[in-house]
Amino acid sequence: MSRFPVENIRNFSIIAHVDHGKSTLADRLLELTGTIDKTKNNKQVLDKLQVERERGITVKAQTASLFYNCEGKQYLLNLIDTPGHVDFSYEVSRSLSACQGVLLVVDANEGIQAQTVANFFLAFEAQLSVIPVINKIDLKNADPERVVKQIEKVFDIPSDECIKISAKLGTNVESVLQAVIERIPPYAGQVGYLIAGMKDVTEAQIGDTLYLHKQPVEPLPGFKSAKPMVFAGMYPVDQSEYNNLKSAIDKLTLNDSSVTVHRDSSLALGAGWRLGFLGLLHMEVFNQRLEQEYNASVILTTPTVPYKAVLSSAKLIKEYREKEITIINPAQFPDKSKVTEYLEPVVLGTIITPVEFTGKIMMLCQARRAVQKNMVFIDQNRVMLKYLLPLNEIVVDFYDSLKSLSSGYASFDYEDAGYQTAELVKMDILLNGNIVEELVTIVHKDKAQTVGKAICERLKDSLPRQLFEIAIQAAIGSKIIARETVKAYRKNVLAKCYGGDITRKMKLLKRQAEGKKKLRKIGNIEVPKDAFIKVLKTQTDK
Amino acid sequence: MTLPGARAGAWAAAARAAQRRRRVEGAGRSPRPVTRSQRAALYVHWPYCEKRCSYCNFNKYIPRGVDEAAMRSCLVTEAQTLLRLSGVQRVESVFFGGGTPSLASPHTVAAVLEAVAQTAHLPADSEVTLEVNPTSAPASRLAAFGAAGVNRLSIGLQSLDDTELQLLGRTHSARDALRTLAEARRLFPGRVSVDLMLGLPAQQVGPWLRQLEELLRRCDDHLSLYQLSLERGTALFTRVQRGALPTPDPERAAEMYQEGRALLREAGFRQYEVSNFARHGALSTHNWTYWQCGQYIGVGPGAHGRFVPQGAGGLAREARIQTLEPDNWMKEVKLFGHGTRKRVSLGELELLEEVLAMGLRTDVGITHQHWQQFEPQLTLRDVFGASEEVNRLLEQGLLLLDHRGLRCSWEGLAVLDSLLLTLLPRLQEAWQQKTPSPVPGG
Repeated sequence: MSRFPVENIRNFSIIAHVDHGKSTLADRLLELTGTIDKTKNNKQVLDKLQVERERGITVKAQTASLFYNCEGKQYLLNLIDTPGHVDFSYEVSRSLSACQGVLLVVDANEGIQAQTVANFFLAFEAQLSVIPVINKIDLKNADPERVVKQIEKVFDIPSDECIKISAKLGTNVESVLQAVIERIPPYAGQVGYLIAGMKDVTEAQIGDTLYLHKQPVEPLPGFKSAKPMVFAGMYPVDQSEYNNLKSAIDKLTLNDSSVTVHRDSSLALGAGWRLGFLGLLHMEVFNQRLEQEYNASVILTTPTVPYKAVLSSAKLIKEYREKEITIINPAQFPDKSKVTEYLEPVVLGTIITPVEFTGKIMMLCQARRAVQKNMVFIDQNRVMLKYLLPLNEIVVDFYDSLKSLSSGYASFDYEDAGYQTAELVKMDILLNGNIVEELVTIVHKDKAQTVGKAICERLKDSLPRQLFEIAIQAAIGSKIIARETVKAYRKNVLAKCYGGDITRKMKLLKRQAEGKKKLRKIGNIEVPKDAFIKVLKTQTDK
Repeated sequence: MTLPGARAGAWAAAARAAQRRRRVEGAGRSPRPVTRSQRAALYVHWPYCEKRCSYCNFNKYIPRGVDEAAMRSCLVTEAQTLLRLSGVQRVESVFFGGGTPSLASPHTVAAVLEAVAQTAHLPADSEVTLEVNPTSAPASRLAAFGAAGVNRLSIGLQSLDDTELQLLGRTHSARDALRTLAEARRLFPGRVSVDLMLGLPAQQVGPWLRQLEELLRRCDDHLSLYQLSLERGTALFTRVQRGALPTPDPERAAEMYQEGRALLREAGFRQYEVSNFARHGALSTHNWTYWQCGQYIGVGPGAHGRFVPQGAGGLAREARIQTLEPDNWMKEVKLFGHGTRKRVSLGELELLEEVLAMGLRTDVGITHQHWQQFEPQLTLRDVFGASEEVNRLLEQGLLLLDHRGLRCSWEGLAVLDSLLLTLLPRLQEAWQQKTPSPVPGG
């Protein structure tokens, strides 16, 4: 490495919207430079994680060093492959700070999408050179000229700077390498890694400045820690696995510093954590990695968002030592009488969609308490909408709904937009008049009925019948807003019990009696442990 | 229907054997009092059927050809062996079940009964029941069974609706069944039982009650009502699972049961067990043995038994099951005299649990005297009187605990299996806490 003069080194990254082909481009560049064997069928080589290969996405930024000869000189090109998904923008920005230029890949058919815009601005703000690369020109519907015009209009980059390629077929990829050398400036320095003798996983903090022993330096400008957008409770399936899960979470969060970790506990599920993620995909990928790489199986509870409350009660202010508190666990929700106002996190969402879906998407956003901030036509086919959305309205299935409404063509990105006043209420769930602690939920006043009804229905399906009726109610204060009933058993006795049936029946009865011992009693009602889990758990409808 | 000569001859021989038996009984007529362990009911399993009903998961086989003689010989052998093994001196009832026992020859029935009578005492008035399938039982055949020693019939009617009968995969029509019923009543007045099913897929309460009412106009003094239980592996289960048939509605089934039993009560029937109704005292003494935890010997492939093998010096009551597959069973019987596949000794607590679970299925429940025979140290009040949960059930009127004993109320009987989930653990606790009996010589 050290034999390379600094002016022959290029540090660059590939950025793009999801699925526009940056990983394929990386494959081709690796092949072209002889870094990997061309004869092998190379597909998304840098996507090493199982979860990446299964989902076809890049999660972790991988790095490769390429050697390239151009006009008699040998160059060292350090390439950083990055994720395209909105949730992983933190990974993207980390990689960019180590680069001097980027290849901005845009699909020749899809054109500029939400992440294209977002990533461009990340690079632009970091003052990096941007080389636009229009990909997938081999496809039937490709319209590179249209995309060139978009790039000119939206990013103000002259059309002759666009390089048109097919990463899949390798067409014109060589020009990309040349552009990297010509248009991306060299820098004094290299990216690399070192081996440290640290004992505890938490000692290694991202953003720390390392210095030679006894030669302290000024710390480098640090990173802002990534802001979690979505919280979920994570509990071991059984308390005996707590330690395993703890160690797995510690290791995985070392690798992924954008996950925030708080210890938490639930009456139903025992000791666990409330983890903060950058988005739903981030959370799902984290969970999948936990299972695949650490063999941990967990119970995920419904994602919640960090609400805030401005306290009015002097007593509480003293107790919490501040006036404005963040509420992560619904059980901590302070009563209305002790609060001046409640606040909920909001985001500024950018949706880019083909024109024909605009109406449906606007209706979807309206249903999610969104306020339109802007609407702009990118070209004659597509419109960009900006909405101010409460975060809790998008943490569950907003993205999926958007995709299905638009047959997959709409794209979505969002950024933190602070907090806004919200009429939040605490909703209790009661069984025959007894409050169930584990199921208390914080919800916006307008959504209370829908959410309450859904919880009551899920509970109805998961509670076994008893010898008396069970009234399931959702309540705000003393007002009942939703109700379901589990009818009492009218008949529960084996029809035939003769000589040949007795052994089997006794076995069954004894097994059921054993199972009954493990039931929790709420009032007179016997509740199996998994009844609440079924209600709290994220519904997998993939 | 005229019979081939050989068979007629065999039947006549069987009838004569039965007559001999009755005469012998009539003679020395003062049976010594017999203790519990010297008595047993006898169950005989005929495993063959013409076809498999869509809901059935019993041990039954559709054979290509039945070697009746071989089967008969094995049933006889096993009956004798097990009777000797059990040391039983008096057989109080015999039940021919299956399969379709009415497909067997009356000669086989006679042969088994004769063997029993020779090995132990079989009182002349002991209940001998044969399960009957309407298709395979024309009047003349029923008469032949009667001559062979059968004195009670249980007819698998199941439904009076032909569409339902097809759904169940039965081989007869409603008319066939009613005709068989009428003929049976003529031959065995007051001794005929019919089975009716409820809770079939798509069945409605009104139409089912009308079936019951029609049946009431024509039936004898005993009825069994059985809620359909969909068993995994049956054709009916598969059809429901596929969505070809609706899942039976448990609410509707519960209503049918409640309305049905009330109707039968008004018609003068005593619901003496969860599914069994009788008037004029026409209870099944054989089945009563099961619920009272008496001894019973199971003969034939897959038959179950519970008895103390006193004849072999055993002291503990055992749960036994005979080899399921008929051909294998026959081989074993020929080699060893019986084809017992499994024997498990029942512990004291296990037996008490059975006494509790079976006894509560009857209307009289468990009397104090009955309980004492199995558990001399702890009374029912000792076990259940102090339990808060049990008291709640008593307060709710589902259970009764009084000077007679412990039993379900009318409402409680319908939800017995839920009650047992409270009662069984309570019994376990009480039994484990009981002071152990002093060690002799200690």
